[in-house]
Amino acid sequence: MPHHSLEAHEELAVLDELLVDLAPDAEHLLPFLHRVQERLGHVSPAAIRYAAHAFNLSRAEVFGVVTFYGDFREAPAGDTVVQLCMAEACQAVGCRELAAHAERSLGVPLGTTTGDGRLHLEAVYCLGNCALGPSVRIADDIHGRVTAAVFDRLVAMAATTRSIP
Amino acid sequence: MSLRVYVPNDTAACSVGADAVAHAIAMHGAMHGVHVTIVRNGSRGAAWMEPLVEMHTADGRVGFANVAADDVASLFAGEGPNAQHPGYIGLVAEHAWFAHQQRLTFKRAGLIDPLSLPEYEAAGGLMGLRRALAISPEAIVAEVTTSGLRGRGGAAFPAGIKWNTVRQAVSVTKYVVCNADEGDSGTFADRLLMEADPYQLIEGMIIAGLAVGATRGLIYVRSEYPRAIRTLREAIVRAEQAGILGASVLGSAHRFDLVVRVGAGAYICGEETALLESLEGKRGMVRAKPPLPALRGLFGQPTVINNVLTLAAATDVLALGGAAYAALGLDRSKGTMPFQLAGNVARGGLVEAPFGLTLRELVFGFGGGSRSGRPLRAIQVGGPLGAYLPESQWDTPLAYESFAAIGAMLGHGGVVCFDDTVDMAAQAEFAMAFCAHESCGKCTPCRIGSTRGVEVIQRLRRREESRKQWTLLEELCETMELGSLCALGGLTPMPVRSVMTHFSADLLAPVGGNPA
Repeated sequence: MPHHSLEAHEELAVLDELLVDLAPDAEHLLPFLHRVQERLGHVSPAAIRYAAHAFNLSRAEVFGVVTFYGDFREAPAGDTVVQLCMAEACQAVGCRELAAHAERSLGVPLGTTTGDGRLHLEAVYCLGNCALGPSVRIADDIHGRVTAAVFDRLVAMAATTRSIP
Repeated sequence: MSLRVYVPNDTAACSVGADAVAHAIAMHGAMHGVHVTIVRNGSRGAAWMEPLVEMHTADGRVGFANVAADDVASLFAGEGPNAQHPGYIGLVAEHAWFAHQQRLTFKRAGLIDPLSLPEYEAAGGLMGLRRALAISPEAIVAEVTTSGLRGRGGAAFPAGIKWNTVRQAVSVTKYVVCNADEGDSGTFADRLLMEADPYQLIEGMIIAGLAVGATRGLIYVRSEYPRAIRTLREAIVRAEQAGILGASVLGSAHRFDLVVRVGAGAYICGEETALLESLEGKRGMVRAKPPLPALRGLFGQPTVINNVLTLAAATDVLALGGAAYAALGLDRSKGTMPFQLAGNVARGGLVEAPFGLTLRELVFGFGGGSRSGRPLRAIQVGGPLGAYLPESQWDTPLAYESFAAIGAMLGHGGVVCFDDTVDMAAQAEFAMAFCAHESCGKCTPCRIGSTRGVEVIQRLRRREESRKQWTLLEELCETMELGSLCALGGLTPMPVRSVMTHFSADLLAPVGGNPA
């Protein structure tokens, strides 16, 4: 996913394209924001302004929606998002220890991006793989029974295969 | 002659390598001249056996548990299964873990290709819908009422009453909304159903639409379930092409359209009014009730909002008849309940059984005790808002009433096991921290109370003024229980109080002592 910054007119063209088949009804605001997040890696102030205009809302209303939901980011994260499940079922099989290992091995705390911008490490509360924890999601792939060694291997693969576009 | 080989494609199976196994089997077939047809079925729910590879034989389907991609060659003996393989479990349907269950809602899960409509129909699909099309809306609601079906999302509200309220509401526009925002840790039954048998949910929603006079349905799925979203979207397209959805449901005069909407990472949107706000493109803020969603729901219109499993169960209620469905179960807990064995358990996965099984039978009989091999110490039932039960309560029958009687709840049927290394004080603190993280912020007891709760429990964990903090925590729990607008703030005290009652040593014993 190209997360490098676009020129203003380029971003506008992308936003037009993402909106084109959506009726500008309130029920399509979240689907539109999902598309923006997926395509651009974040929902910028310009995108908020654009959505407010398109859906006939105030910028404050759109800003309120963007900031309420964990999936929408106001600034780009790393190229690849690595989510560690930190909910009870994974706690029962050692996710707290795995998270400590992940923080040590990547050198950043949960909720931050590595210095090279490649990986964003964060907690998630339940991936629905609760009989096979600890679970980790990398992009759209969910991995189960993740040990420290498996985590390091998955992260190494993610960092090399998702190179700069 | 080609050998049919089944490799599940659900999230759990793929999380432990099922895609690589399927690929390796295809390669093996091509390289060794074995004619294999690979079917990507859904999961049967035995997560502990995944990847569970099955092969078709004259006697039925035989299985191999925990297959690794680099080991697929040894599964075959010539053109058939190798019964000497260490993972060989024989006829899958006769394996005790499956044979001792009573599968109703999950009867097709793992048996069929989830997206194959012919297989769905051959396995009993669409019978409920055909029956619903042949009777009146009143009669559909009467069947659901007779069945005693209660909401499977957690609140256990009788589905018949809800449907009848929407049916009687006067409005041109009504909606059917499926709550597939399965956020409770330890639960995955909704996901499993959507990935393994999506047409059952679609059929159930059409039945609900016929019952109440709604022509449009929306499924709100959490974004943490990418595979379920893909499967549902494809199933909807195929159901439209087959004339099951659209302007004329199975050739009738009834219309029903269905869309999938994706959540955006907010646990609170599993609360029905917050979910409706989210569908309307707003922040997921809880609404005060009344008005009930049944009367003023999505966009202010009468709305049936039910959990995935409730809507799916409606297909069996109509196919079997409400009375036959009600014959299963215990007291006012009718039918079967899909329990989800999770956390530190040896044989985790989905166990569908009639209500009334004890927690011990579930966790030890099906689950085989802890995965770590250490003694179990606490079992949390009902998700993050459910109580932690000590061993003295493990003989409680799994039913709504018996759990309510001990200050616990079944919720969505999640059962999370912890061994004796667990620090229950940390679990109590997490309950409050999770509430603080996920609170929508609308009501004060939840928004502020949860943050204060974290602080108070942290002081208790540091053994600072323990008696004072203990009293404060009790009062805080009471305030949250009585003063919160919805179940998040109202039930967060449940796990906390269960720790205070049954595991008080973890919060009070002298530091350095043995809390157990």
